[in-house]
Amino acid sequence: MSACLDIANLSAVLPNGQRVLRSVSLSVQPGEVRALVGESGAGKTMIGKAVLGVLPSSVRIVEGDMRLEGEDLGRLQPKARRTLIGARTALIPQDPLTALNPSRRIGPQMTDRLVRILGWSGEKADTRIRQLLDEVQIRDPDRVLKSYPHELSGGMRQRVLIAAAFAAEPRLIVADEPTTALDVTVQKQILRLIAALQREHGTAILFVTHDLGVVAKISQKVSVLYAGKVVEEADTAALFAAPQHPYTRALMAATPRYTDPFASLKPVDEAVLAGLAAEIASADQAWRRPHG
Amino acid sequence: MDRASRRGLSPRLWLAGGWLLLALLAAIFAPLVAPQDPLAQDLMLERLPPFWLDGAEPGYWLGTDSLGRDLLSRLIFGGRIAFIVAFAAAIAACLVGSTLGLIAGYFGGWADRIISRIVDIWMAFPPVLFAILLVAVLGTGLSSVILAIAIIDWTRFCRVIRAEAMGQSRMDYVENARIAGYGRIGIMLREVLPNVVPSIVALLSLEMGIAVIVEAILSFVNLSISTDDPTWGSIIAEGRLSIHQAWWVLVFPLITLILTVLSFSQFGEALKTRFDPVLR
Repeated sequence: MSACLDIANLSAVLPNGQRVLRSVSLSVQPGEVRALVGESGAGKTMIGKAVLGVLPSSVRIVEGDMRLEGEDLGRLQPKARRTLIGARTALIPQDPLTALNPSRRIGPQMTDRLVRILGWSGEKADTRIRQLLDEVQIRDPDRVLKSYPHELSGGMRQRVLIAAAFAAEPRLIVADEPTTALDVTVQKQILRLIAALQREHGTAILFVTHDLGVVAKISQKVSVLYAGKVVEEADTAALFAAPQHPYTRALMAATPRYTDPFASLKPVDEAVLAGLAAEIASADQAWRRPHG
Repeated sequence: MDRASRRGLSPRLWLAGGWLLLALLAAIFAPLVAPQDPLAQDLMLERLPPFWLDGAEPGYWLGTDSLGRDLLSRLIFGGRIAFIVAFAAAIAACLVGSTLGLIAGYFGGWADRIISRIVDIWMAFPPVLFAILLVAVLGTGLSSVILAIAIIDWTRFCRVIRAEAMGQSRMDYVENARIAGYGRIGIMLREVLPNVVPSIVALLSLEMGIAVIVEAILSFVNLSISTDDPTWGSIIAEGRLSIHQAWWVLVFPLITLILTVLSFSQFGEALKTRFDPVLR
């Protein structure tokens, strides 16, 4: 059985030649949640965008394969690729405030995709959307469907977006820090909802986050990213039990603990970062040689 | 804001809309509502003052000009040309400018570079001189006035809509639509356009006011409609000559012009608030 998502050796560069993704390899099996964890700027979101085909135009993929259910995305014509990505993936975005079109009501916004892109009947789409709204525990679907986005709270909007992401039964969902923009109390509920829907629907999720606590709660597998390079990958349980890479250990040590709220926040150890920088510099040098 | 003003029932909208409606209806039904023939000259009735001054004649409410033509009737008939120019020129400028602005803002890259350079070059010309030049080339007449205004003022729409479309295109919902598999044109029309409509509406109304002024300027310098039909600009030009004998010939068309232009801009602002789901 082929992986739901298989990224092999993916490198991407900025116009100035700087690598933002450094030979990234990772795979997500069907129905599995893989967390992608790292500091801001580590390239987590970039990987998600690369998979979904929405990289900024300045970033260029120079090497590597991405396979979505065995289909090589790089080999497909742009139109076929769009259709494939549209049918089999979805995004749960970071900021629910900007991810819904402010001038359109929620209902049409949610059904539109099912009707126009996937060719469902309006009635079927409506039933489906209501079912999903129920699954994300929205109790008054009539009001929500008639609302404009600004009439709903951040948490409600994120629920709507989660419902929309699962509505078309995608095989893979990219969740890009879906709880970061929310209130702490709402974060927990949203996380639980995503986990519940993921189990229910058996959808694979590439879960981008900087929060190790979230990683522990939701994922089965983890890839730790630093400067666009996967420094460690493991089963979540194994990673937390015995982190192998010094950076992973340092990252864990830097996580604030609720048990000792008065301890000062620790940054990631300088020596570890210096080691990483050397590791990356030598990797870049080795990579440049054959790539001119 | 209270509920009433959120629903767009602000006094601003009522006053502006009321004046525009009154002026528009008067212009449409000019032959019915004008008390006199706007072209009828009667030297026995020259320079009659408005109705509240001594020496006014009944039926000549705002007085007459130096040829004895009824000022109110001339203003009402002049409104016809003002409104035709306002609507036609503003809509033409809006269609061209908004389309190009939307394309430049949403597609970016080469399309944006080309369109933006054209706009820059266009705006380097002083607009009134440009208009006079255009009318001189196109010849006088209603259609060339409309064309001239549209040719000059599309950049106003283009710049604003480009900036707005650019902002919208960076929003996550546009990215989401791309992931879902919508085509570029579809996203531009369905996701971006509705969000710039409030600005388009406001600009359109503002542009109508500007078109009224430009038409008045052109007829002031005798480059608008070359017939005897009265226009606000030509009445002002005539009134200027007799300001010491008959101030009303200058003052009433000026008031009409100012009220109309002001109303268009206020109406546009109020409409913008009304069309915008977040402000509403």
